[in-house]
Amino acid sequence: MNRPHRAHPAWWAFAVHRASGLALTLFVPLHFWALGTAIDGEAALDGMLRWTDNALVKFAETGLVVLLAAHMAGGVRLLAVEFLPWSDRQKTAVAASAGVAIAAGLLFLFNVTAA
Amino acid sequence: MADTIDARIWRGGADGRFETFSVPRRASQTVLDVVTYIQRKLDPTLSYRFACRVGMCGSCAMTVNGKPRWTCRTHVARLEDGPLTVEPLRNLPRIKDLAADMAPFFDKWAKAGGRFVPSTDAEADFAIVEPASAERRAADAGIECIGCAVCYSACDLVSWNPDYLGPAALNRAWTLVNDVRDAGNADRLDAVAGDAGCHACHSQQSCREHCPKSLNPTASIAGLKRATLRAAWKGGP
Repeated sequence: MNRPHRAHPAWWAFAVHRASGLALTLFVPLHFWALGTAIDGEAALDGMLRWTDNALVKFAETGLVVLLAAHMAGGVRLLAVEFLPWSDRQKTAVAASAGVAIAAGLLFLFNVTAA
Repeated sequence: MADTIDARIWRGGADGRFETFSVPRRASQTVLDVVTYIQRKLDPTLSYRFACRVGMCGSCAMTVNGKPRWTCRTHVARLEDGPLTVEPLRNLPRIKDLAADMAPFFDKWAKAGGRFVPSTDAEADFAIVEPASAERRAADAGIECIGCAVCYSACDLVSWNPDYLGPAALNRAWTLVNDVRDAGNADRLDAVAGDAGCHACHSQQSCREHCPKSLNPTASIAGLKRATLRAAWKGGP
């Protein structure tokens, strides 16, 4: 259970930023390994890319896109907090960064299903 | 609504326990009223701290239902349903019952350069500070701090890094950074620029969320981050 003093949007925005950052850090070695298959020739990379066409991988990729967009939008929000004059619309900023993440995920998903 | 309140009160030090008291419900009753009733009518050994009872002195802050609050201005009727749980403030050593040791909190005000350093001697004429100037408005925004340690208790960064100076000390430093009469900014920015200073803040904003005076330590800390960066750019701290 979360502690009552954390029950506000800016704390949840922090938690999402931290969790998405850690998850993306864990994904980076996998990403480089996938790119590294090209060293073994075109066929190896193509084989790996064909494997990523399956629905489960596409679903997982949507999650990655959401994480990346959430981390990026959250990072921009934090830069605004720290470098721009203070705005009292912090809840709106958190909601906007969440909206960007969800929209990016939906766009990716629509693009995948339309293809 | 029941005509009594079940009040779960922390007893003892760090390894203490909760004790439940039944307190008559009254109109306009504050959490401090409940604690005072227990101490005066039910158990005179209960230790807690208060002074003004009107939200000026900052001495009665406690953890109420998991959130840090000033108990003299927290009405029981406006709290969440269920039993009333009162503990000492988080992030500070527990002395006994509801009294937390405030020494580490105020020590950090000193470490953050919270002391005014006069730029002129006592013989000088009054300084003229324009009320509409940017510096004066920035100092005014943080100056009403009553030192209750609610922000310090709400801050996860203090829990995770006990050396972290915390929102109140950094807010104090920011008011002095903007005080045009002060001459201590080089040392002050140096003091707040370290690992346990303003750059340790993750902008979780729990300080701003819980401050009973509606101050904004997050904005003050952001100001310090910019000021220390500017100083570093110019070859300072």
